[in-house]
Amino acid sequence: MERERPSPEALLSLAEVEGHRRGRLTIFLGYAPGVGKTYAMLEAALERLREGLDVVAAYVDTHGRPETEALLSGLPTLPRRKVRYRDLVLEELDLDTLLRRRPRLALIDELAHTNAPGSRHAKRYQDVEEVLDAGIDVYTTLNIQHLESLVDVVAQITGIRVRETVPDRILEEADDVKLVDLPPEELLRRLAEGKVYVPDLAQEAMRRFFRLGNLVALRELALRITAQRVDRQMRRYMASRAIAGPWPAAERLLVCVGTGPLKEQLVRAGYRLASALDADWHVVFVETPEHATLPLEEREGIARALRLAQQLGARVETLRGESPPQEILRYARTHNITKILAGASHRPWWQRLLRGSLVDWLLHNAGAIEVYVISAPVPKVEPTTRPMMLRAPVDIRSYLASLWLVGLVTLISALLHRFVDPTNLTMLYLLAVVVAALRWGRGPAVLTAVAGVAAFDFFFVPPRLTFAVSDVQYLLTFAGFLAVGLVISALASRARDQAEAARQREAHTATLYALSRELASHWELPRILDAVLRHVAATFGGRAVILLPAEGRLEPHGPEDLPLEDVERAAAEWAFSHRSVCGRGTDHLPDARGLYVPLQTAQAVRGVLGVRVDDPARLLLPPQRQLLEAIATLAAIAIERAQLAEEARRAELLREVEKLQRALLDSVSHELRTPLVSITATLTSLTEGDVRLDEPTRRELLLAARLEAERLNRLVSNLLDMTRLEAGALRLRWQPVDVEDLVGTALAELSAALDGRRVEVRIPAELPLARGDPVLLARALANVVDNALKYSPQDAPVEILARTANGWVEVEVADAGPGIPPEALPHIFEAFYRATGSRGGVGLGLAIAKGIVEAHGGRIRAENRPEGGLRVLLTLPRWEPDGASAFHDGLREAARLGR
Amino acid sequence: MTDSGKPRVLVVDDEAPVRRLLRTALGPHGYQVIEAATAEEALATAATSRPDLILLDLGLPDADGTEVIRRIREWTQIPIIVLSVRGQEEDKVAALDAGADDYVTKPFSMGELLARMRVAQRHVVSSTDEPVFRTGNLEVDLAHRRVTVGGKEVQLTPTEYAILRTLVRYAGRVLTHRQILREVWGPGYEGDTHLLRVNISNLRRKLEPDSTRPRYIITEPGVGYRLRVEQ
Repeated sequence: MERERPSPEALLSLAEVEGHRRGRLTIFLGYAPGVGKTYAMLEAALERLREGLDVVAAYVDTHGRPETEALLSGLPTLPRRKVRYRDLVLEELDLDTLLRRRPRLALIDELAHTNAPGSRHAKRYQDVEEVLDAGIDVYTTLNIQHLESLVDVVAQITGIRVRETVPDRILEEADDVKLVDLPPEELLRRLAEGKVYVPDLAQEAMRRFFRLGNLVALRELALRITAQRVDRQMRRYMASRAIAGPWPAAERLLVCVGTGPLKEQLVRAGYRLASALDADWHVVFVETPEHATLPLEEREGIARALRLAQQLGARVETLRGESPPQEILRYARTHNITKILAGASHRPWWQRLLRGSLVDWLLHNAGAIEVYVISAPVPKVEPTTRPMMLRAPVDIRSYLASLWLVGLVTLISALLHRFVDPTNLTMLYLLAVVVAALRWGRGPAVLTAVAGVAAFDFFFVPPRLTFAVSDVQYLLTFAGFLAVGLVISALASRARDQAEAARQREAHTATLYALSRELASHWELPRILDAVLRHVAATFGGRAVILLPAEGRLEPHGPEDLPLEDVERAAAEWAFSHRSVCGRGTDHLPDARGLYVPLQTAQAVRGVLGVRVDDPARLLLPPQRQLLEAIATLAAIAIERAQLAEEARRAELLREVEKLQRALLDSVSHELRTPLVSITATLTSLTEGDVRLDEPTRRELLLAARLEAERLNRLVSNLLDMTRLEAGALRLRWQPVDVEDLVGTALAELSAALDGRRVEVRIPAELPLARGDPVLLARALANVVDNALKYSPQDAPVEILARTANGWVEVEVADAGPGIPPEALPHIFEAFYRATGSRGGVGLGLAIAKGIVEAHGGRIRAENRPEGGLRVLLTLPRWEPDGASAFHDGLREAARLGR
Repeated sequence: MTDSGKPRVLVVDDEAPVRRLLRTALGPHGYQVIEAATAEEALATAATSRPDLILLDLGLPDADGTEVIRRIREWTQIPIIVLSVRGQEEDKVAALDAGADDYVTKPFSMGELLARMRVAQRHVVSSTDEPVFRTGNLEVDLAHRRVTVGGKEVQLTPTEYAILRTLVRYAGRVLTHRQILREVWGPGYEGDTHLLRVNISNLRRKLEPDSTRPRYIITEPGVGYRLRVEQ
């Protein structure tokens, strides 16, 4: 043997095996119950325990055997999960507790066990996989007959069809397989001594099972499987070290699944063949236009077979085409297939004659590719129910219509038959067959053909009005007519089917197109969700829900009345975390009523789309599943886009806020420091001055410092007011407010700023009282007036006017300044906004005024005056004159008259 | 009044810099300053050293300022001036209603504070009513119920005159709305501030040269009114 460099593929596949950071799986494999698997497992586990490993018996059935129980008592045991199912309380593995407990090694008995309904996984081996994924080592037990690919073989040996199966890949991927062997004679002796647990219910079946012949055959099977495994490990070892082996170039096997009873058997046979050959294997199904018209059971059977193939590790493809043989051969050629496995045709001989059979065609055309055919007639294990037709149930009216058509043709023929040779009248009947085939499909067309022959014979073939035929050559006419009629009806109905399939595909495409177009026009998440939910519900005839992750859990978005039970939620969460389809019609949580598809993009899983079909008996068929997954992809992309857009918007907003905050901090710190500069300078020059300052200078300095201190005080007050306003901590003390008093208070507050400035106040004597908090309103007005003073020329007066407007009291503050650019008008009341050319200040005054006025339910607005300058209008609520107010209104009137 | 003849001022404030400032600033104006940092200390000191005036900060750490005033008023009428900040109008009103004589808003000018202190002391000192009150151009002859502005007689309604008379009696001191209402209209009208507003407005129109920038009847926003005394 020469050493070569390992091929990249070999390294890669090895890396895949070694790269698993999962727990190690050890399977204790036996050929029958009672050989001592559980005992062997417990012994090995005790050994580990003695070595100091953290071992937990997560689920072990001792079946009351004392020696097994003695072993088990030496191990820490996990409590079992109790599941109520109908009247029974079933005990199951408590997966969540085990995952929380995180031992180093867990013992989980009976790998092939089927979990109680309502469990997270349908099968225990799926539990085990999750435990392994969590990095926990697992010891488990398995009997050989539960191996998926051996189901048919075991059924042939024992006559018992095993229902609890484990995919072969579990055994293959196991890190260690320990064969627990016991000579069959010994086993039978133990059985006779009652040392083997036999469930009461199936005692008869078990007795049939425990026959020496069966046991010998099963034992051989177990030994062979283990030997094969050892062999494969050997090869893998050699491949990884580039040891050239005696094995041939890789074989590639193609298994053709079609309609008919052989589907799953074909897949299992393919798996066995592929394992024996150590070949890559592909499983294909060709979907023809007729597929849509197949009975529901048939289509689900195909889906099941393809799923099985996937479980057994095949590469599964669904091809589309008119002619399955050609599609299969094309696939085989492009994938370098060396062997094809197909099932013998199940059609009756005459159909094979008419349409040809796949196998015949392949045998003739496959060339170098070897073709294997399996034809084992499978004994029906269970009676299948009558296939349900997907197409509309047989409509009796179309049959009546075709009879009516035959009558019509007979009537016309009766008129014509004097002038036309009877044989030619058959043409009219054929026309009727064509019409019937196109209008009503195959059945009525066949009826038309048969009735046509009968009518023709009865009415037009001598001797007329009998079915007797005098001229033998008419028999030929009948045969020809019938044959042509049947062919026409077959062709025409197939054309109909194709049109139907095309229509369905088109409908799918149209659905996707409509959805994608609608999604493209929406950017907001709620509208995207709404569009998806609407389309899904309409397309699948059920209710849909979308679950999006929020704060660590999935938040449902969908119809309000759609309750999300625990099972549904668990299914959705499983689909989300495992990124695969889950729920009804799948292997995971099949008890859920909905089917859950992850919304997955290249980047991440964005959520889960759930569909609950109204008709509980209906499963989603492969084409519908494909459509649903396509919709899910579209939805995921749209949701991702919306979420990314939202994130971008938020980031942009954050940047804006940060920019604003920086500007604000700059401005505030500037405004706070400037007064401190002159105050500090004044104080230091007075305390540390070496030069004695003369009195006027001292006064000037002190006055400046005092004004700056007042400015600082105002700024701090404004900042506090703004904080209070923004915190909503402003409490109004509602009082009647005299606007004149308000103006007076505001002007008094501004006395320093008003120095030498003119303010013209015009308030009508009959102005009613306003309603509000006089302190806050005075502050608002002072801020507005302060702003007006700042912007108007030194010698121009600021005007303060008041009036009633629509039952409100309106105060106007007008200046003769430059006004505000129109585009800045809407912003001047925003906090920290400073218009271009603004003079000093942090831009809080007007914002505070707005906050105060609006807290009163009033309004504040600014506009440029036509004659130049800005005017700010404050609209305040009026003091509602109740009885007392009416009284003092009278007083006011009296006072006015008395003047 | 102590032997030294200097009026004694009790300064109650928890901020040491404020106490220090007042001690320094009031000394040259002839006041002797005693200090207290808490309400408890203030009550004890007020009782033991009998000050002539109390400057009381409303934001004490250990008790509500109004409560302190109430406790002091249980046994003495010594003038109390409240020190408070802007935005505490309700507290000011409560303090005044509880018996405080006046208030000053921080930050204050020393001139303002000294004026308030003088007014508060005078109120106690001069108990004999002057028959004629004068400030600026305004002259109120209480004996003859005559009011003149710049020598010209002004006709007032009985209510207006009653308000003016009340303001004159406490000239220079702030009066809360409630205090004026009770004085003029009697008990039971304390909530009818709109009556007061209208009458004050009318009074101003009759007395003030510019009623939007009043010279005599000053509004203390959120608190009440004060008749300014021109020196």
